[in-house]
Amino acid sequence: METLVAVISANGLITAFAVVGITVWISYLMSARLTAGRIHGSAIAIILGLAASYWAGSVTGGSRGVVDIGVLAGIGLMGGGMMRDFGIVSTAFGVHISELRKAGVVGVISIFAGVIVSFIVGALIAVAFGYRDAESITTIGAGAVTYSVGPVTGTAIGASSDVIALSVAAGVVKSILVMIGTPLVAKQIGLNNPQSAMVFGGLMGTTSGVAGGLAATDPRLVPYGAMTATFYTGLGCLMGPSILYFIVRALV
Amino acid sequence: MIIYGVALLAACLLTGLYVGELLGQLLGVQANVGGVGIAMLLLVLASSTQRFEPLVTGASATGINFWSAMYIPIIVAMAASQNVVAAVDGGLLALLAGVAAVVVSFALVPVLSRFGPQSDPLPPLDSTPGTPGTLATPSKTSGGV
Repeated sequence: METLVAVISANGLITAFAVVGITVWISYLMSARLTAGRIHGSAIAIILGLAASYWAGSVTGGSRGVVDIGVLAGIGLMGGGMMRDFGIVSTAFGVHISELRKAGVVGVISIFAGVIVSFIVGALIAVAFGYRDAESITTIGAGAVTYSVGPVTGTAIGASSDVIALSVAAGVVKSILVMIGTPLVAKQIGLNNPQSAMVFGGLMGTTSGVAGGLAATDPRLVPYGAMTATFYTGLGCLMGPSILYFIVRALV
Repeated sequence: MIIYGVALLAACLLTGLYVGELLGQLLGVQANVGGVGIAMLLLVLASSTQRFEPLVTGASATGINFWSAMYIPIIVAMAASQNVVAAVDGGLLALLAGVAAVVVSFALVPVLSRFGPQSDPLPPLDSTPGTPGTLATPSKTSGGV
């Protein structure tokens, strides 16, 4: 047993391939048997992943889901930023330039609209909860943009650490909700073609959320959504501590 | 050679991330600005250029398609390493801010999609584990939600 654990721990990435492979297999089985294919297997796999992460987080008290369980540390490598970005870029193979051109302008507009709208929503909720200083309102608004924009903005304008933590939590809620919610609302919001996927990526912006949500909806839409989403965090980090902060400061 | 496709993919990502970092520094932002998006554009351009044809056809293409097919498993691993506890424990404010931002953004998708040239809906999805980025042939089962 000790030897087995040692082998598993020493080969983290390989263990991750095996564990994720089994998870995906179970998910597709559940999709076919329990939902008659109505809920896509990849959506179930992502939800199983999130559930495992919640369970692991409550048991270990760590912040990285199942990665904090020693034998599953390899999941962190497989699901980390490096592999995620490599995977996302590979999905662009076979993308049609003509589709990218079609949605070019509206794609750019959607990135700006996404950052500004999410910021306003987050800021309004901060105000509703009694925050009155420009730094806290801006930081929580930035957290509603994405969980990276929140701390970047908060640190830059000198918000308190508990407000920064709140902004990260808001961003994580957003990211997870996009992963789970996208397949559920895809039909209603017309998310079935490259153009709307680019708008979707620009509006949502959270790379993990968009990547997961579109994968669970229709993997062929992933490259289009990811293309716009990857510019979103940069724009958020640009606007949060500058123009958005100045506007909030002028208003309060 | 499979490695040629994988190497092209790697080169695109590294170049994109580098340009993204430079853009970030230029704009004075502590973030990579669109690095992955730029990398995707590079791959799209490379795969439609004559000069790169040996790197994106035959066995080389298999190398890229392999990673494309590994995308969903990678996302599952990513989901399993999210800080879900923090999201749940963030309290009402974090929950409301996150939920409201998503709901409003969802609602804006059809509004903004109306602008500009429209693209056609993709054919129904094959129910087998999909290969992102490649157009699956229409099948009798529709796997999408």
